[in-house]
Amino acid sequence: MSENLLDVSGLMMRFGGLLAVDNVSLQVKPRQIHSVIGPNGAGKTTVFNCISGFYKPTGGEIRYRGQPIQGMTGHRISLLGLVRTFQHVRLFANMTVIENLLVAQHRHLNTNYFAGLVKTPSYRRRQREAMDRAAHWLQQVDLLEFANREAGNLSYGQQRRLEIARCMVTEPGLLMLDEPAAGLNPKETSELDQLILRLRDEQDISVLLIEHDMGLVMGISDHITVINQGAPLADGTPDQVRQNPDVIKAYLGES
Amino acid sequence: MQRALFPALFAAGVTFLLTCLVIGVRLEQEGPNLTVVGADAETWSWIGFAVIVVFLFQLFQQPLSRLKQRLPSPDVTGLLPDHKLRARLRPWLIALVVVGLFVWPFMVSRGAVDLATLTLIYVMLGLGLNIVVGFAGLLDLGYVAFYAVGAYTYALLSEYYGLSFWVCLPIAGLLAATFGCILGFPVLRLRGDYLAIVTLGFGEIIRILLNNWTNVTGGPNGIGGIEKPSLFGLEFSRRASEGGQTFHEFFGISYNSSHKVIFLYLVAVLLVLLTIYVINRIQRMPIGRAWEALREDEIACRSLGLNPTVIKLSAFTMGASFAGFAGCFFAARQGFISPESFTFIESAIILAIVVLGGMGSQLGVILAAIAMTILPELAREFQEYRMLMFGGVMVLMMLWRPQGLLPMKRPHLELKTS
Ligand SMILES: Nc1ncnc2c1ncn2[C@@H]1O[C@H](COP(=O)(O)OP(=O)(O)OP(=O)(O)O)[C@@H](O)[C@H]1O
Ligand SMILES: [Mg+2]
Repeated sequence: MSENLLDVSGLMMRFGGLLAVDNVSLQVKPRQIHSVIGPNGAGKTTVFNCISGFYKPTGGEIRYRGQPIQGMTGHRISLLGLVRTFQHVRLFANMTVIENLLVAQHRHLNTNYFAGLVKTPSYRRRQREAMDRAAHWLQQVDLLEFANREAGNLSYGQQRRLEIARCMVTEPGLLMLDEPAAGLNPKETSELDQLILRLRDEQDISVLLIEHDMGLVMGISDHITVINQGAPLADGTPDQVRQNPDVIKAYLGES
Repeated sequence: MQRALFPALFAAGVTFLLTCLVIGVRLEQEGPNLTVVGADAETWSWIGFAVIVVFLFQLFQQPLSRLKQRLPSPDVTGLLPDHKLRARLRPWLIALVVVGLFVWPFMVSRGAVDLATLTLIYVMLGLGLNIVVGFAGLLDLGYVAFYAVGAYTYALLSEYYGLSFWVCLPIAGLLAATFGCILGFPVLRLRGDYLAIVTLGFGEIIRILLNNWTNVTGGPNGIGGIEKPSLFGLEFSRRASEGGQTFHEFFGISYNSSHKVIFLYLVAVLLVLLTIYVINRIQRMPIGRAWEALREDEIACRSLGLNPTVIKLSAFTMGASFAGFAGCFFAARQGFISPESFTFIESAIILAIVVLGGMGSQLGVILAAIAMTILPELAREFQEYRMLMFGGVMVLMMLWRPQGLLPMKRPHLELKTS
């Protein structure tokens, strides 16, 4: 039980007559890259939305570090250390790159009004720390030179990297990425997979990944869960999944 | 042109029909009967003129709008000196303005100082509402309610408990903030237009409450004889109240009623400077950044652990507290308040100040507040047309500069790369 970082069991999500997620279970272990794959409309994003608190699941249980979190609001789940990106880029496009990273560190900053009005030493220190952390992560995703540029003016690939940096400055325990490689060119994709591996190995976090790029998924995942039409289809290491006849039929075979 | 002909005819027809019904014919009572009376020849010729104007305008609308596009939109930001120079000049300019603000009232007439004080109240209200509308992007149509709370707080505390202005000022701010918090909590889950309607209703509730709670607030008769602020206990009246001392006696000068006016003005200047300072700091604080982020993308904010309700509530509360301060000062300056002063039109004027100023920009809001209070005074002869001009200015602004006089960005923190 406690060895799992995230433990989802029997997750159900119903939209009116549509059962978008049907009895999905998955276990993410510490320091693992865990991928969720499945054809379009399989319900992967819906699973993410349930875990991260954007939807209230109709049934099932979600535990993060042993603590039940289903039904909590999104921001509280995020404060626990479960931070996600979205299938479509959701940056603060009119704010600068560095400000995007500072917003994400709201929790680390001194938000006391009085402290901010007179700039107490603790306020300054926390702000400096936030700046340093932001600069560190900008360096990690190779965006340092764009720090004072408006986020909306970055190229698509840069925006996706900035999104990951924005999650990382919150110091999460589990990073959830929804199709981070969508729309990237092959070079950017290979940089992304290096980045994700580095996050696991150096930052001690787990990554829950939704991705259609099979090369990326098979190359870096420690564990894969396959969903088809809302229901779990297979679960195992990349090799096990690759050889599973159901998966070949439902998903890999069609492409 | 051919294509424009039909719509133009149609518009002219509608104009004709409407004007005929509204001003062309009148019902008059003759004994027990009502008779329909036509207007005189002059009115009819005016109606004809209006119809022709509408017809021509519609007919030539396309060339006109093309002409408008070629017209450069007035860009005030372009007139300002460039970035570096501005940064260097800034402290000097601010010092100059502040000194000017303090020296100026001693050189002009009493009426002008009084008008300036009124303007400063609107500056404060505009800056306060700007937090809610401009920074946090919440449409609040009942802002005047918090202004009323502030004003009545001082009036009642001074009348029933004899508390002084300086004691009541923070209380008024706190109480208005509390009201903002109480109202905001259930309401801020609502979005855009719903929020506007609920706040509009709240504004009316407060006014009606003040109107009907006669034995406490005096109802429509209001509260009079509110004490003026004092300078460290020195009063500005001709004769000192019991146990008090007056300003002119203390300094051994003769009594001059303009001392009081100037003192009130100076208090207002201080309050406004404080407001500007506080808001300037807040913009650069994490909460200011969170407001901007929330306006851009609420979902992303939630995914990063920002609680949208708390952040919106803080904007609402803070905006309300500035209205509370302004209200307290208003009551002190006026000496008399009644629910009349807190009608919806006040909310509308304050909102117009924020929108005209360019949402989010402090300087723009200040300029707009000055324009909105001084222009009607200058054009007193046109009093009847005041609302018409008001509407006209709004329409023109929306056409030419929908982003306001001086749209400005929140100052962003920069990363200094070494
Ligand atoms: N809020 C919602 N209301 C109703 N139906 C929804 C909602 N969200 C998702 N669905 C439905 O649930 C199903 C699963 O959608 P989901 O977005 O989870 O798929 P996905 O696996 O992420 O697909 P893709 O690979 O295209 O991103 C779809 O049929 C979708 O129409
Ligand atoms: Mg999806």
